[in-house]
Amino acid sequence: MALISRSTSTCAPLFRPLTLFSLRHVSTDTSPITVDTSVPFTSHNCDPPSRSVTTSTSELLSFFRDMSLMRRMEIAADSLYKSKLIRGFCHLYDGQEAVSVGMEAALTKSDCIITAYRDHCIFLGRGGSLLEVFSELMGRQAGCSKGKGGSMHFYRKQAGFYGGHGIVGAQVPLGCGLAFAQKYSKDEAVTFALYGDGAANQGQLFEALNIAALWDLPAILVCENNHYGMGTAEWRAAKSPAYYKRGDYVPGLKVDGMDALAVKQACKFAKEHALKNGPLILEMDTYRYHGHSMSDPGSTYRTRDEISGIRQERDPIERVRKLLLSLDVANEKELKDIEKEVRKEVDEAIAQAKGSPAPEPSELFTNIYVKSFGAEAYGADRKEVRVTLP
Amino acid sequence: MAAVFQAFGTAAVLLPANDSRVRLLGSFPGRKANVFEVRSEKKIVSDATRVSGRGQHLITNAVATKADAAAASTGSKSGHELLLFEALREGLEEEMERDPCVCVMGEDVGHYGGSYKVTKDLAKKFGDLRVLDTPIAENSFTGMGIGAAMTGLRPIVEGMNMGFLLLAFNQISNNCGMLHYTSGGQFKIPIVIRGPGGVGRQLGAEHSQRLESYFQSIPGIQMVACSTPYNAKGLMKAAIRSENPVILFEHVLLYNLKERIPDEEYICSLEEAEMVRPGEHVTILTYSRMRYHVMQAAKTLVNKGYDPEVIDIRSLKPFDLHTIGNSVKKTHRVLIVEECMRTGGIGASLTAAITENFHDYLDAPIVCLSSQDVPTPYAGTLEEWTVVQPAQIVTAVEQLCQ
Repeated sequence: MALISRSTSTCAPLFRPLTLFSLRHVSTDTSPITVDTSVPFTSHNCDPPSRSVTTSTSELLSFFRDMSLMRRMEIAADSLYKSKLIRGFCHLYDGQEAVSVGMEAALTKSDCIITAYRDHCIFLGRGGSLLEVFSELMGRQAGCSKGKGGSMHFYRKQAGFYGGHGIVGAQVPLGCGLAFAQKYSKDEAVTFALYGDGAANQGQLFEALNIAALWDLPAILVCENNHYGMGTAEWRAAKSPAYYKRGDYVPGLKVDGMDALAVKQACKFAKEHALKNGPLILEMDTYRYHGHSMSDPGSTYRTRDEISGIRQERDPIERVRKLLLSLDVANEKELKDIEKEVRKEVDEAIAQAKGSPAPEPSELFTNIYVKSFGAEAYGADRKEVRVTLP
Repeated sequence: MAAVFQAFGTAAVLLPANDSRVRLLGSFPGRKANVFEVRSEKKIVSDATRVSGRGQHLITNAVATKADAAAASTGSKSGHELLLFEALREGLEEEMERDPCVCVMGEDVGHYGGSYKVTKDLAKKFGDLRVLDTPIAENSFTGMGIGAAMTGLRPIVEGMNMGFLLLAFNQISNNCGMLHYTSGGQFKIPIVIRGPGGVGRQLGAEHSQRLESYFQSIPGIQMVACSTPYNAKGLMKAAIRSENPVILFEHVLLYNLKERIPDEEYICSLEEAEMVRPGEHVTILTYSRMRYHVMQAAKTLVNKGYDPEVIDIRSLKPFDLHTIGNSVKKTHRVLIVEECMRTGGIGASLTAAITENFHDYLDAPIVCLSSQDVPTPYAGTLEEWTVVQPAQIVTAVEQLCQ
C-alpha cells in the first residue's frame, strides 16, 4: 500500500565524533558528539533546524535504556491485559518511544506536557515509576491516580505532566490553557500539547491554535502521526495529511518521529521558538506496532508486512543500538545486559503492583470535591453506606 | 474568650440558654455585653470560618431574613445601592484586586466591557492579560480556562449566554468536573463558569435556555444561582475563592435589580439556601427569577390568609437539604417553583431528594411548577405561558393547603 511513502533510510548515521573514547567507561561521558538525523527536517513558514544534533554518549545510552524500558513496559502491559489483570481500554505506545525520550531530552520539568490516552510512556518519561504505572493499570492503590483514573488518566503534577485524557482532542485547549498560565505567571517555560493524526481533525484544535497564536502563547502542538486514527488511515480521514502545514500562519516542522535525536532537536528548536514567537506545530512521523488499543488486533486495516517492514527499518531502539555499536560505546553483550536488567525491573514492578491492594470503598467518594462541606451521599441500597462527602 | 460573641457570625458556639457562662457575661465591669442573641433554630454552619480569610471583617450571611439583614448592618455605614450587574462587577473587582491569579476570559469581556456590563472598565484597570477577549470558540476557551486552572490560576469563564456553553459541554463535564477525581486529587480546578441564562424578553428559543438541568448530574462541580444584588456579589466572591469548579447561573432579566448592599466585605456560602420569608403553612422552594414571581404571589397569599415560607435554594448542586428539611418538618407541604424544564429539571431532582429524605414529614405530595417542555417561543403571549406566573403559584398553594 502506498500509505507509508516516507523515505525509509538506513540506520547508519553520518557522524563526526569529536573525541575517541574507550569502551568501558562511557556511560557517564557527557562530552558532546554530533550525530546527523536520518532525514532532514521539512518546515512550513520557518527555517528548519540543522540536521546535526549535539548529543553525548551518556545521553545515547540513556535513550537506549529508557526506550527499552518503555518497550518492555508496554509489552508487559499487553500480557497483563490478556490475562485480564488490566481491563477496559489499554492503548500501547510501543514503536513511538522515540517521541517521548527525545522530548524529555529537550525539556525541563518546569515545561508542561499534556497528551491523550496513549500516555504510559510519557508518564514514565516525566519521572513516573513503573510501580505507579502498573498499579494504576490494574486499578490498585499504589497507582498514580490512586487507581481511580486507569490507563487513560495518568497524571504527575510535580513533573508537569497533565495527563492522560480520554476524549480525543480535548487536551489541546487544556494545553493552550497551560501555556496561557505559563505566560501569565511569566514562567519562561513552554507547554507541549500532544495529539494524534485522528485528533488533528477536531475543531477545538483550530480554535485553540487561533487563540494561542493571537495571544502569543508558548504552546507547541505536537501531532504524533502514526498514520491511523484507530482503524482509519490518515488519507481516508484528512483531505490534507500534511498536519504540520495545517497551522497556516503558524509555523510547522515535520520530524522523523522514530529518530530520538531528531525529536530532541525539533523540540529544542520548538521551545526556543515558542518562547519568542508564539505557537508552533510539530508533526512527528511515527508508528505504533500494536493496534489502536488492546481490543484492536491492528491488522485489519494494515498488512503485517507493513508493520514488520517498519520494525526492521525504522525501529527507534534498533536505530540507537546501531548507533551505540558503531560509535563503540557499548558492545552487543552490554546492550543485551541492559535489556535484561530492564526486563527484570519491569517484572519486579509488576510483582509489587500485584501486591498493592484495591482502593478502599470509601475512596469512591473522595476527591470529588476539594474540601468538605458535609453533604451526604447514600450508597446504592439507600440504607447502609451513608458517607459525608469528604 | 469563648463567652464573648462577635456580632457577626463566626463559627457559633451555641450555649444552651441556662448555661451559667451566658449570665456571667453581664457582670464584666466596664465591658459592653456585645452579645448577639443566637436563636437556636438558626444554626450558622461552620462554613463561616472556612470561607473567610480575615474572619472578623467578613459577614457570612447564609440565612438572610429582613431582620437579619438590617441587624447585620448595624455598626457599619448604611451601605450603597447598586444594580445586580454592578454588584457582580464589584465582587469580581474585589477578588481580582485581592488575588493576582484571578483572570476573566470570555467574549467581549475586555474592551467592550461585557455584553451585560459585568466586566465594564475592568480591562482598563487590570490589563489585557487579566481580562481576556476571546474569539468565539467556547469549546476551546473553556478548555483553556480549565487548563489554566490546573496550574493554579483562577480563571472566570464567561459564557455570553449560558446556552453557548453547550458547545463546551465536553470540557465542563469531563475535564472540569472529573479531573480532580481521575487524577487522584492531584489537580484542583478552581474555575468559575458564569453567564446569564433563563427566559428573557422574546429572545427566541436558543437564547432562552436553562442549562441547570443539563449540568446537574456532572459529578465534581457545584452550581449556584444568584437572585439579588446581595447574593450575586456574595456568591461571586465565594465561587472565586472556592477550590471546586463552580457554575454561577445568572438571569438575563435580573441584571437591573437594585438593592442596597453593605459596604464591608462579605461572602455568601455556596452550599446554603436563603430564607426569604419565614412562614408556617407551606414551603415554597425557588431560585433565580422565579423568586420574584413567588414573592409577588406571596403578597396575594398573605392577603388571602396563607403564611408561605419562601426559600431561595441558591445552591443547585448540592441541595441544602438541611435548611429545606427543617422547613419541611415545620410546614409539611412543599411547592417547588422553578424556571427549569419539567423533564429532568432541578425541580425534578429536588422532588426526588425531598421525597427520599423527608417522606414521613409530608402531608401532601410535592407540587412542582416548572416551565413547559417546549422550546421558548418568540411571541410574547406564548412566552408568558411557558414560564410559571404568580397566579399559578397562588392556585397551587391554595390547592396544596386544602
